[in-house]
Amino acid sequence: MQINKLQVEAIKCGSVIDHIPSQIGFKLLSLFRFTETEKRITIGLNLPSQKLGKKDIIKIENTFLSEDQINQLAIYSPCATVNYIDQYNLVGKIFPKLPKTIDRILICPNSNCITHDNFINSSFIFVKKLDKNMNLKCQYCEKEFSKNIVLL
Amino acid sequence: MRNSLYKKSIISINDLRRDELELVLKKSAILKKEPAPNLLKNKIIASCFFEASTRTRLSFETAICRLGASTIGFSDGNNISLGKKGESLADTISVISSYVDAIIIRHPQEGSARLAAEFSNNIPIFNAGDGSNQHPTQTLLDLFTIKETQYRLDDLNIAMVGDLKYGRTVHSLTQALAKYNKNKFFFISPDALTMPNYINDMLLEKEIAWTRCQNIEEVISEIDILYMTRVQKERLESTEYANAKSKFILNTKILQNARSNLKILHPLPRVDEINYDVDYTPYAWYFKQAANGVYARQAILSLVLIENHF
Ligand SMILES: [Zn+2]
Repeated sequence: MQINKLQVEAIKCGSVIDHIPSQIGFKLLSLFRFTETEKRITIGLNLPSQKLGKKDIIKIENTFLSEDQINQLAIYSPCATVNYIDQYNLVGKIFPKLPKTIDRILICPNSNCITHDNFINSSFIFVKKLDKNMNLKCQYCEKEFSKNIVLL
Repeated sequence: MRNSLYKKSIISINDLRRDELELVLKKSAILKKEPAPNLLKNKIIASCFFEASTRTRLSFETAICRLGASTIGFSDGNNISLGKKGESLADTISVISSYVDAIIIRHPQEGSARLAAEFSNNIPIFNAGDGSNQHPTQTLLDLFTIKETQYRLDDLNIAMVGDLKYGRTVHSLTQALAKYNKNKFFFISPDALTMPNYINDMLLEKEIAWTRCQNIEEVISEIDILYMTRVQKERLESTEYANAKSKFILNTKILQNARSNLKILHPLPRVDEINYDVDYTPYAWYFKQAANGVYARQAILSLVLIENHF
């Protein structure tokens, strides 16, 4: 933890998303539209990690993620943790749980799906497969996709 | 019996529980025996066909007429001002929903009916086909016809033939029949057009037996329902199509070993996958099946629009 603090500027107040698998951090920025805020954001890519080997880290100042946002993190980085910081102190630690639905952030891979028009927010539910993998099913066109297809 | 379908949109066969399917089938049978011309008197139903589908539209509109309701609408989205002016489907539906008691929608994009239901201000939506996705009233008329001819919806052997990959009718019918017990499925299709994995997985999960077969002859003596569908030329390479054509065409010779209770169904239109001489056998039931579409649609319209039936 000490090492990371040195590698990525510490924040006074806000959220730190830690233990993001490397290569995913940048994607999270755009998926969660963090890039659209005016808030100061610090991102560290490919940092050394005991747990993951390499990890990404995102720090957003003066922002606390909603529970929904936190749970959606679980799709991309199941082992991510969200730390809340106040006055440079850790005041909360949250472990994302897989949500029941994923709204807005994904685009349906079915090009003939109505969600591509009409400015409609997409909505997916998780479907557990026999092999224990999770598929995502579009609530509109009812097509199922493997998680990887939807995310990449 | 409580009518849980009252005011409900009919978007996907997957939204209907088994007891709700039963309710529709029961009502269909009653309406077939005793027409009730005044059931929906004073109701106005919009029939919005954003893509042409004459058979489905006429079947729905006949059902509306038979129930004494009035209908407004359009039969081909290309010829209406809505699309041309760039209005979104959501806006179109929210306007039309202020005129009528229910909206039937046919649209080329998957998910359109679900979206319509979100913008209809609680006016029920009937999905008459959304792209390759769902066509629930087709499945209801299929179920009604199977029940009418076999007197049950469980413990049946069902063969499905043709384009099982893109054929939404076979997907929905399999999903619906999977809600019942001890049904067994035989899937017969070209290699390029087999049942999608999500259907196979669903059957596996529910421990329902299914088998892929090479041809109809193999299973003809074991089956109660033979559900034929058309293989579209453009889905296959030309040599594969020629091969498929000869393999998945039904003729009277194949029917020699059929069970006496066998019924052949087809969502129609047929091209050449069922020889015309099959029409004269006691097994041919596709035209009666199409006729049943009106009763099934009458049933679902009246159950959604009137609370107390029984
Ligand atoms: Zn979709």
